[in-house]
Amino acid sequence: MAITLKVNGVEQTLDVEPDMPLLWALRDELGMTGTKFGCGIAACGACTVHVDGQAMRSCVTPLAAVEGSDITTIEGLAKALGAEEGLSALQAAWVAEQVPQCGYCQSGMLMAVSSLLKENPKPTDADIDAAITNICRCGTYPRIRAAIHAVTTA
Amino acid sequence: MAFDLKKPTRRQLLIAGGVAGGGLVLGYAVMGSNKQEKVRAALVNGEGEMMLGTWLKISPDNVITVYVPHSEMGQGVHTSLPMMAAEEMNADWSLVRMEQAPAQQVFKNDALATGFLGNEMGFPKVFPGFIEFAGSTAADFMHLQVTGGSSSVRYTGQLGMRVAGAAALDMLRRAAAKSWNVPLSEVVADKNILTHAASGKSATYGEMASAAAEISPPSDPVLKAKADYTIVGQPIPRFDIPSKVNGTAQYGIDARLPGMLYAAIAPCPVFGGDVASFDGSAALNRRGVKKVIQIPGAVAVVADSYWRAKEALSDVKIAYDLKGNEAVSSDTIYAQYDKALAEDNGSADVEKGDAAAALQGAERFFEADYKVPYLAHACMEPMNCTVHIKDGKAEVWVGAQDALGAAAFVAKTAGLSLDDVTLHPLMLGGGFGRRGSTIDFIEQATQIAMQVDAPVKLVWSRENDVQHDCYRPAITSKFQAALDADGNPVAWHNRYIGKNEPADAAHIPYAVENQSIRYVESETHVPFGAWRSVAHSQHTFFTESFIDELAHAAGKDPFVYRRDLLKDQPRHLAVLELAAEKGNWGGPLEKGRARGIAIQQSFQSIVAEVAEISLGDDGRVKVHKVVAAVDCGEVINPDTAVAQVESGIVYGLTAALYGDITIEQGAVVQSNFPDYQMVTLADMPVIETHLIESGAAIGGLGEPATPPIAAAVSNAVFALTGKRIRKLPLMNHDLTTAGKFAQAAD
Repeated sequence: MAITLKVNGVEQTLDVEPDMPLLWALRDELGMTGTKFGCGIAACGACTVHVDGQAMRSCVTPLAAVEGSDITTIEGLAKALGAEEGLSALQAAWVAEQVPQCGYCQSGMLMAVSSLLKENPKPTDADIDAAITNICRCGTYPRIRAAIHAVTTA
Repeated sequence: MAFDLKKPTRRQLLIAGGVAGGGLVLGYAVMGSNKQEKVRAALVNGEGEMMLGTWLKISPDNVITVYVPHSEMGQGVHTSLPMMAAEEMNADWSLVRMEQAPAQQVFKNDALATGFLGNEMGFPKVFPGFIEFAGSTAADFMHLQVTGGSSSVRYTGQLGMRVAGAAALDMLRRAAAKSWNVPLSEVVADKNILTHAASGKSATYGEMASAAAEISPPSDPVLKAKADYTIVGQPIPRFDIPSKVNGTAQYGIDARLPGMLYAAIAPCPVFGGDVASFDGSAALNRRGVKKVIQIPGAVAVVADSYWRAKEALSDVKIAYDLKGNEAVSSDTIYAQYDKALAEDNGSADVEKGDAAAALQGAERFFEADYKVPYLAHACMEPMNCTVHIKDGKAEVWVGAQDALGAAAFVAKTAGLSLDDVTLHPLMLGGGFGRRGSTIDFIEQATQIAMQVDAPVKLVWSRENDVQHDCYRPAITSKFQAALDADGNPVAWHNRYIGKNEPADAAHIPYAVENQSIRYVESETHVPFGAWRSVAHSQHTFFTESFIDELAHAAGKDPFVYRRDLLKDQPRHLAVLELAAEKGNWGGPLEKGRARGIAIQQSFQSIVAEVAEISLGDDGRVKVHKVVAAVDCGEVINPDTAVAQVESGIVYGLTAALYGDITIEQGAVVQSNFPDYQMVTLADMPVIETHLIESGAAIGGLGEPATPPIAAAVSNAVFALTGKRIRKLPLMNHDLTTAGKFAQAAD
């Protein structure tokens, strides 16, 4: 059964099982490896993407549920946030604050944070704590917080 | 890379040569200074044999490339090591590039080996890949590119990068003096340009590189004075970060090859068990499934997508042979430890004075038993490895803390020569010891690839990762101490399970005249490995909690008590006092809060931490602030240094608050993040880091911030509630009652 969806503005048709999680369709079928596998049960957030503008954990999102949707992944984030080329202001803040360490969770972090900022352009620390439940084992949390504040007060 | 290297002379430290297309390459050869001669002699088989590491390349376009023989796992070493080489070269940083050294023997890392063998207690046994390689000899021992033991900057940087950089600069200047026919002392080298003021001549490093390649490298290049540094000590942005914010960074799990297949595995849940039989026929009927195969200890499904392979595993019927370990639990393991400690006086770690006699005649006597559970590493990137075996050769794509060791492991597993294995090192989505100490997943990927006629990527599920780690061991540590009439400890008596590395982990810095520290081996079937800071993370919780007990027993402030016992340890004292000062020790606190303090030296760095905590209504510990003081001797990149301290604290805090791997029926109970909980943003304290550059030998920073945090937090819990935490994690303690009791007594 063919499933059609739009990924970073490009229409994609996949002849795969409708219960295949979006994560594995992106990584293994479309070769877009920026979205990461962390836990497989929506517990860590490494696989976060935007589905019609909303942050979703793609490892538990079956393709059938996103048929016809607009998907944005980390590869398309800069453009989705209005950057003509290079990085968005959010990603640039991540570089300026030297946020990533191993970096593996950061795709998901950026997708989760960009979704938060769309709904709440000036989040407080409490807003950030409540909304960003992604796991980072390197402990980059203080710099994530600093980068969010840097970009929202700029 | 086509390098044309000259054969080094017998006593030459550095080796240089030309490079195709012009330029200079420079490496670090084994024949070295007298100081290390003995160590080196044991590692080289014969005359003319050499070991090289720490390569620099200067190209005609004036770009300096530094080949780093270490893995980048977020610690910033792909930037800090080039900084050290560039500093000695008076380089223009904008012209410096980094490449990770390929996993080839020409890049084996002599500086690291020298550091471990010459300066410390020997190479960590927790990195077995290279030792296990068939036909291993002393020279094979050096087939290593280990990233561990907080060693990269300390050894590769200090012994390799700096020396190579200084030698390159010396050769460039000599080449300029020769070709311009001017005195060497008048040739100035700065920002990749050589100049001679009197004659007005100038050339870029790149233009002079080929001429420099004709100059013999100096045997003992002069290093720059710290006062002249312009790169080292600056917060230079890391090379690897831009690729980590747009999805382009390539981790092991991102390897993609034409015709690649994917494997998922079901290992025997009980460690040491094996597959008795399996029926994969139903799984083979599923879409995309190519093979269901047995490897030692596990069944693997190979399919054309990872998800299909993983889903099909549920259709495989497997009978396991549990090998008699199915009755083991955490309770039986702790009981086994207690029995071992009761029956065996163990082997000496530290024996000083006469602790037994001092305990006998003591004014006051104290004892306490401490325990920590098993811990998994839980790297964010689940273990994975891609292997393609074809025509008697293997190609490997993996993120590993020891790329050459991993290649040797693949060669051994596949029965190939090391020369027939090509390993492509990719980034690590977390290491923490898991991707160096044990490379079981690389062995499995090789075993699967041997049965598959295509490149195959093995990916572990998170459940595989939590339940089949090589764990930080659960251990028990028993203490006795005697205090004199003034409350000072006169005897320190410690018996613990399992000597691990580093060897000094259970040692105390305090002035206690009589010490008896001994250990008893008590093996279990649970595999263990290096976990960030290795044995320090357990023993610092034990020793820094028990000394805190003694301070309270003596009626003294825990900071003052430590300070008085450290008066002959100036570095410790400075670190402790800075942490106390910056952590506002003894200063006012909000109601319901308390502070705890702890200090530890590890990997040649000393870290003290002051933690400020409160209890939530649910009895959960909330850590509000951690102030860390760190003496790492010298700081290479202050921004990366602070990041590593923050990182070490968060890693240790997760373990202190939540970390608990338990064993039931021979297997791990926990399986994924919901039952193996991690600190998240909402749990985060404010972390303040204060770095001291004492000028002592440069210390590591990847690990030393981890050990003190559990004791600092637990000591704060005692200060707040009167409840002494002798077993981690904190979440298993009911602090609600204790908290209320303490408030009522207020």
